Amino acid sequence: MAGEESRLRVTKTDGVSRVEFLDRNILDEANIQKIGEEISRVVDEDDKPRLLISFANVDHLSSAALGTLITINNKVKNRGGQLRLSNIDPQIHEVFVITRLVNLFEIHEDAEQAMASFS
Amino acid sequence: MAEPTHSPQHFRAELPRDTGEIHRFTGEVIGAAERMGYSKAARFAIRLALEEAVSNAFKHGHAGLDPSLTLLAEAEVSPEEIRLVVQDRGPGFDPGAIADPTLDENLDKPTGRGLMLIRAYMTRVEFNEAGNRIEMLYRPPDEHA
Repeated sequence: MAGEESRLRVTKTDGVSRVEFLDRNILDEANIQKIGEEISRVVDEDDKPRLLISFANVDHLSSAALGTLITINNKVKNRGGQLRLSNIDPQIHEVFVITRLVNLFEIHEDAEQAMASFS
Repeated sequence: MAEPTHSPQHFRAELPRDTGEIHRFTGEVIGAAERMGYSKAARFAIRLALEEAVSNAFKHGHAGLDPSLTLLAEAEVSPEEIRLVVQDRGPGFDPGAIADPTLDENLDKPTGRGLMLIRAYMTRVEFNEAGNRIEMLYRPPDEHA
């Protein structure tokens, strides 16, 4: 995006858009909103988007970031796509367990496993 | 590496709605916790609770109010426990009225998880009667000597 520094790295492999975060902490609302808008644009690129979000290097995640992930998940589902999450730090994974979001998201240990799970 | 210190430390700040200021305050509290020997898991819990409480206070407590209003954040860090207080200048809310975000019908709703996460990670959480002041207490489990 011209004039705006992205906080994401987005690559496309075998029809899957892979999103990685550049920040260790995903906490503040303004940043989370930008990230959400950027991922949303990635989802809009395909009719049936296949999206992998990797959390490698992410140490902290706020409830607002969880909310953005849920919004993205809803959008991907509405478009008949698939979303996978991977490389989640054990402490952050515990947040997904406490909130029961492990039941909403398909979470894989690493990106390779997640990539293999797309149909 | 610095030796752990055991003198209680007190932090108090009027925080504006400014990410840098909020992170600086959180960083000071986390730094004190680290110097007192709190584990990585404990520091994760403290950071989460403090950030969520401040975020909730600005987003919900100060909703519709002057955006330049500050809130009061306090922390007392000792080897035995960490006490955190966040007080906003809004009218307060009823913490019992928040829907349970872990129910199946609420799982795909993007909001309402901050307070439940605070409760999950803290030893004790209390509100004042008005509902605009949250006091959070963290006592480490046995691994912290």
